[in-house]
Amino acid sequence: MDMSFSPEELAFRDEVREFIANNYPQELKGGRRTRGEMSKEDILKWHRILYKKGWVVPHWPVEYGGTGWTITQRYIWNEENARAETSPLLPFGLSMVGPVIYTFGNEEQKKRFLPGILSADDWWCQGYSEPGAGSDLASLRTKAVREGDHYIVNGGKTWTTLAQFADWMFCLVRTDPNAKAQEGISFLLIDMKTPGITVRPIITMDGSHEVNEVFLEDVKVPAENLIGEENKGWTYAKFLLGNERSGIAGVARSKKAIERLKKIAAAELVDGEPLMKTDEFARKVAELEIDLSALEVTELRTLAAESRGRGPGPEASILKIKGTEIQQRITELTMEAVGNYAFVQAPRMEVTGNEFTPGPDYAPGVSQDYFNMRKTSIYGGSNEIQHNIIAKMVLGL
Amino acid sequence: MDFSFTEEQTLLRNTVQSLLADKYDFDTRRKVVKTADGWRPEMWAQFAELGLLAAPFSEELGGLGGGAIENMIVMEEFGRHLVVEPYIETVVIAGGFLREGGSKEQQEAHIPGIVGGETVWAFAYAEPQGRYNLADLKTTAKKDGAGYTINGYKAVVLGAPWAQKLIVTARSAGGQRDRDGVSVFIVDKSAAGVSTRDYPTVDGRRASEITFENVKVGADALIGVEGKGLPLVEKITDEAIAALSAEAIGCMKELNAATVEYCKTRKQFGVPIGKFQVLQHRMVDMFMAYEQSVSMTYMVNLKLGESDVERTKAAAGAKVQIGKAGRFVGQQAVQLHGGMGMTDELNVGHYFKRLTMIDTQFGNVDHQLKRYSEAA
Repeated sequence: MDMSFSPEELAFRDEVREFIANNYPQELKGGRRTRGEMSKEDILKWHRILYKKGWVVPHWPVEYGGTGWTITQRYIWNEENARAETSPLLPFGLSMVGPVIYTFGNEEQKKRFLPGILSADDWWCQGYSEPGAGSDLASLRTKAVREGDHYIVNGGKTWTTLAQFADWMFCLVRTDPNAKAQEGISFLLIDMKTPGITVRPIITMDGSHEVNEVFLEDVKVPAENLIGEENKGWTYAKFLLGNERSGIAGVARSKKAIERLKKIAAAELVDGEPLMKTDEFARKVAELEIDLSALEVTELRTLAAESRGRGPGPEASILKIKGTEIQQRITELTMEAVGNYAFVQAPRMEVTGNEFTPGPDYAPGVSQDYFNMRKTSIYGGSNEIQHNIIAKMVLGL
Repeated sequence: MDFSFTEEQTLLRNTVQSLLADKYDFDTRRKVVKTADGWRPEMWAQFAELGLLAAPFSEELGGLGGGAIENMIVMEEFGRHLVVEPYIETVVIAGGFLREGGSKEQQEAHIPGIVGGETVWAFAYAEPQGRYNLADLKTTAKKDGAGYTINGYKAVVLGAPWAQKLIVTARSAGGQRDRDGVSVFIVDKSAAGVSTRDYPTVDGRRASEITFENVKVGADALIGVEGKGLPLVEKITDEAIAALSAEAIGCMKELNAATVEYCKTRKQFGVPIGKFQVLQHRMVDMFMAYEQSVSMTYMVNLKLGESDVERTKAAAGAKVQIGKAGRFVGQQAVQLHGGMGMTDELNVGHYFKRLTMIDTQFGNVDHQLKRYSEAA
């Protein structure tokens, strides 16, 4: 057993740290805006820089554009990005549909779609959830009927993140209405410019526009946009969800967020003393840090198992549950730290430049971040569903 | 032992309920808080017309002869509708200061304006460095002839954009956090030297940052005894906490009802999700958190007249209970509603946001736990 980095790994760390310091766009630095507040171009800037460098998909096989880094190197890379507070890359193409296409797609599809995912010329969104199909995703009703060399798609998707910018949607559709729930589903790639698609914003309680409803009315999709076999879409969907869960722990970014929390708590005063020096608050931050340390090692153990060829199994649900609980707790304590200024609402949209936000500059928006982060125990398979997965698949109950 | 309400109290509740059912549905409220003003003065006028603003004042002060229980009834119903109009700031706090510490002249000068709905008040007490410590004041009041000159800065003054008058705490003597030397003043928001910057709050209200620069007030602006104001400030904020607790149970009541209803109708895996035991137990815990909060709300409202120690324990205890319960009920109501709970369109998130801010208002769980243990 050994948890320390080798000299080669340390050299690698210095190299990527320097690259980030020299190349991360100045104007995005120190930004902690949610994606719902950033422009499309701002969201993509770092992606494009990494694409040019050849580092945009370290987790892909080399033949498709991966870097060939070891699991430890990938871990270091994520850690360094979090340390520098770079804006996270969008997962929809890079971590979700990309791996599905190179694993289950045909040569034609790989040639056609992978380059746009790598270069960020194509923006992808995820057409999974429906108003009637959330935790029970397999009950989805959006249907695709084969007519000649096309599918005609009718239905609707919801909670579609950043669909307002999307060029493409990977979409789960029902192709066999008579089959059992999981068996009649197919995985279709849909051009968002196709007639019959309407995107309607959903504003969340923190005031941002990250998610949307997508209505599909007689949308004509070429049959060549079907991934793998018809009615086998559930297999690909599950593969994708497994990948989604493994990236969700967010340990490195939580570390950074705790650093920020401690800085705020050191600046805030209680009876003239820093909040961070009070027993009650110091204990809460300590508990949070200990939870995060445990999760970090749990994640490293998962990664180590993965590097020996055992892919992220149902244990990945631990990372999702604990990771999101920790992220939520950090935003909660950060809100608590700013005291009365937790009341302040930071402008999220339609910013005119005249908005007055009082208090220390770290305060505006902390409550909205707390409200926004409540989504993490709901999305990506709710934490209740993750408990079910562990109960069934790990404990055999 | 009797936890029942009098006929007059039941009538008051019915009056508030039918007004709010008619004029304060969620969609209307959502539109109003997004307007430039963020509230409805005409609603305030209706509160006055129906006697709500007179409810807790004695008859000799021009009121209807009620007290804390009347405030509790009004605020519980206000909580159920997420009413933003400044009842606590104007009736409970400013009314409380005048009733408890005001001279006969001050009462005669100001209470009719509150009861009649003509004057709205805000409570400028918090300062950036002071957090929840009511005595931690950098704002000063210097004796100046017969009156005083006030200088300082007040943070997050809720409802101030709507107010004409302010209750201001300031230090007239002593060190920054001394218990002695705190004085309470009535200040016109339009007085020379008062400047405000307004902004929206996350729970759909409005607040101001207020600067006082050589603001001159007369001797008649001082409430109570110069330098001896802190016990009065503590008593009135405890009355505000009692009213806030009632607002919180109104919010929780609505959240629990909405969550149970949603879990009965939302189907996944072929059954209503309320059939899943893990969610049933969660909702039972939410229900118990609510019931315990109702108990603490009744208790604090019944104990406001007791000794300082008893009152402090009751108020701090109630604030801890509603802080913890509000957090749990709010978070779980969102969780059980799934993505819908995250939306601005559904009322659930709005109750959750208000409950979150109620914990902050007048000191959060940590602050109140400390206060309780120091009093006990």
